[in-house]
Amino acid sequence: MPLEKPYLDVPGTTIFDAEQSRKGYHLNQFCMSLMKAENRARFKAGERAYLDEWPMTEEQKQAVMARDLNRCIALGGNIYFLAKIGATDGKSFQQMAGSMTGLSEEQYRDMMISGGRSIVGNRYVGEQR
Amino acid sequence: MAKITASVYTSHVPAIGAALDLGKSQEPYWQKVFAGYEFGKRWLREDPPDVIFLVYNDHANAFSLEMIPTFAIGTAAAFPIADEGWGPRPVPAVVGHPELAAHIAQSVIQDDFDLTIVNKMAVDHGLTVPLSLMCGQVDAWPCPVIPFAVNVVQYPVPSGRRCLALGRALRKAVGSYDEPLKVQVWGTGGMSHQLQGPRAGLINREFDNAFLDRLIADPEGQAQVPHIDYVREAGSEGIELVMWLIARGAMSDRPPKVLHRFYHVPASNTAVGHLILENPA
Repeated sequence: MPLEKPYLDVPGTTIFDAEQSRKGYHLNQFCMSLMKAENRARFKAGERAYLDEWPMTEEQKQAVMARDLNRCIALGGNIYFLAKIGATDGKSFQQMAGSMTGLSEEQYRDMMISGGRSIVGNRYVGEQR
Repeated sequence: MAKITASVYTSHVPAIGAALDLGKSQEPYWQKVFAGYEFGKRWLREDPPDVIFLVYNDHANAFSLEMIPTFAIGTAAAFPIADEGWGPRPVPAVVGHPELAAHIAQSVIQDDFDLTIVNKMAVDHGLTVPLSLMCGQVDAWPCPVIPFAVNVVQYPVPSGRRCLALGRALRKAVGSYDEPLKVQVWGTGGMSHQLQGPRAGLINREFDNAFLDRLIADPEGQAQVPHIDYVREAGSEGIELVMWLIARGAMSDRPPKVLHRFYHVPASNTAVGHLILENPA
């Protein structure tokens, strides 16, 4: 019997469960390696060569090089791990989170200052606004 | 005997730490956040506890995907500050309380909570930002701290029910420690926020304030709320709020005194909530 996953109808959200964690194991562990300053420097000096040291899928490597965080998450990445890439690039959590929403950095910041994204219309896929 | 005198609850947003560390705390954006902690700073300075038991979550710093403990108690004498990728925060190292931590581990495990015992662990913003908010920029934290890390990164996280019951086991453990220590239990994380995907930036004031009301008045009822309600209503990272129930469970069964309550949106991506509850004498 498959496990119950009541969170699949939450719009724009990927829950990092055991299945995602398994898919993203090497992608996330690559991110962990960026906690060391010398690894950050080596990654910046040659991203492709650094990524090739990890048994990640080609799709995962492409998503990292494109800094496509939504794609990274779909391929098993978790935001707390992916944040190490952002830190390496000198990006804040707000810049990283905003980059996944289709808003510009300024639009995202303004949305947060005016109270954040409304819950109305964002509970279920298809919920009326 | 040791006793739990009060509990403190707060969000632990990394940008709050960065604002302090980079000297931005006087900017109007951040003043609105820090103003909510002026009372707590004064209160803690005037009557500091002997030990803080600090419930938080690690954000892929001490624990990678190599090991994912659901409940981990720090029993070391000291805990270094993690380099989360931006360099370690310039804050004092955290001094532990190995004797009380070992006592709690032994008691709580015999009450059927299978804790992971950690003797070597770096601590990240989840632990240091609450200390900074409540103590300001200091040369040393006011007392030893026992870090208690809860997995809220990989789903499923522990249920609210389990967290409340763990808090009760913690209360019993502290109450059976021979030294007359004053202990505070802090619950951190939340409130509503989502850091990932097209729904990032979600904030739900109604949910957050209902959570605060119920945490104070009806923790048993709040503990029955399932994971999916947090995920749907408070965002994928809002689920951190279950950790507050550990601190609440550690409080007396008699109604607490609400010393302080604060709520503000935003700090970076997150709604900031803060409570101080005191046990009846």
